[in-house]
Amino acid sequence: MTGDFPDIEELKAKIGVDWEPAVYEIEKGMIRRFAQAIGDPNPRWQDENKPGGIMAPPTFITVIGFDRIQELLTRFKATLHASTEFECYRPVKPGDILTIFTRIDRLRERQGQTGRMVFLTFETVYKNSLAELVGTCRQTIIGY
Amino acid sequence: MKEYLYYEDIALDSDVPVLLKQPTTTQLVMWAGASGDYYPIHYDKDYAQQRGLPGVIVHGQLVGGFLGQMMTDWLGEWGQLRKLSCSYRAMNFPGEPITCGGKVGKKYIRDGEHFLECNVWVENAQGEKTVTGTAVVLVPARSAVKNA
Repeated sequence: MTGDFPDIEELKAKIGVDWEPAVYEIEKGMIRRFAQAIGDPNPRWQDENKPGGIMAPPTFITVIGFDRIQELLTRFKATLHASTEFECYRPVKPGDILTIFTRIDRLRERQGQTGRMVFLTFETVYKNSLAELVGTCRQTIIGY
Repeated sequence: MKEYLYYEDIALDSDVPVLLKQPTTTQLVMWAGASGDYYPIHYDKDYAQQRGLPGVIVHGQLVGGFLGQMMTDWLGEWGQLRKLSCSYRAMNFPGEPITCGGKVGKKYIRDGEHFLECNVWVENAQGEKTVTGTAVVLVPARSAVKNA
């Protein structure tokens, strides 16, 4: 891990600024593949004949829109995930249309043993089509 | 039929039933597809080694998903996982066994709702805690449920 550290001024300029909201339509196949990837056989996530139908595992929202965070991180030689913290207030079900609002909440620079590193904390708010709060998530990622 | 967990019946320091996992590289690829996290350190060994890692590593959020499963398996239909925080303290590697565990650390009532706050963790085969965190769950109370 040698060479130039990426320019992070652009990231600094984005602290506290909401990105363009992104809209995700939740499909049952997304929920099924998510549960299968965890190896979670709970019928609540997959059995359409259950009263109330399918819902997503609560951890599902943490990956919605994570691709947009990843795009911003490609400037680093390597990244490591430091923490995830989420709250959920309403279940997510197939057919839900979620609008997500993400921003960089914090940026901290550190000098580590292997060189410079940046701790980036992203904050995301998830709302449904009635503009009700579905959940929130904070992701902290270390860029090298 | 699964017994419901009632607030009054759960003592401080109660254990959350453990969940055992042993993620495979196939599972990491499934997670990449399901989560949209295509960072190559989770499936491309050369790429991972060029960045100083011994090999591909398990996605932190997949391990967080295991902790979520441990909680929802325990809670059943009535309880709700309201909050989960995970600090990824060390790496987990595919093929190695993972033990998810938890303990009830606090009980409290807020706005008439009954909550348990649990300390949760993930241990590798060496007994090292690779993930630690907190889970807050909403559970039914006998005092609030008819015929409980």
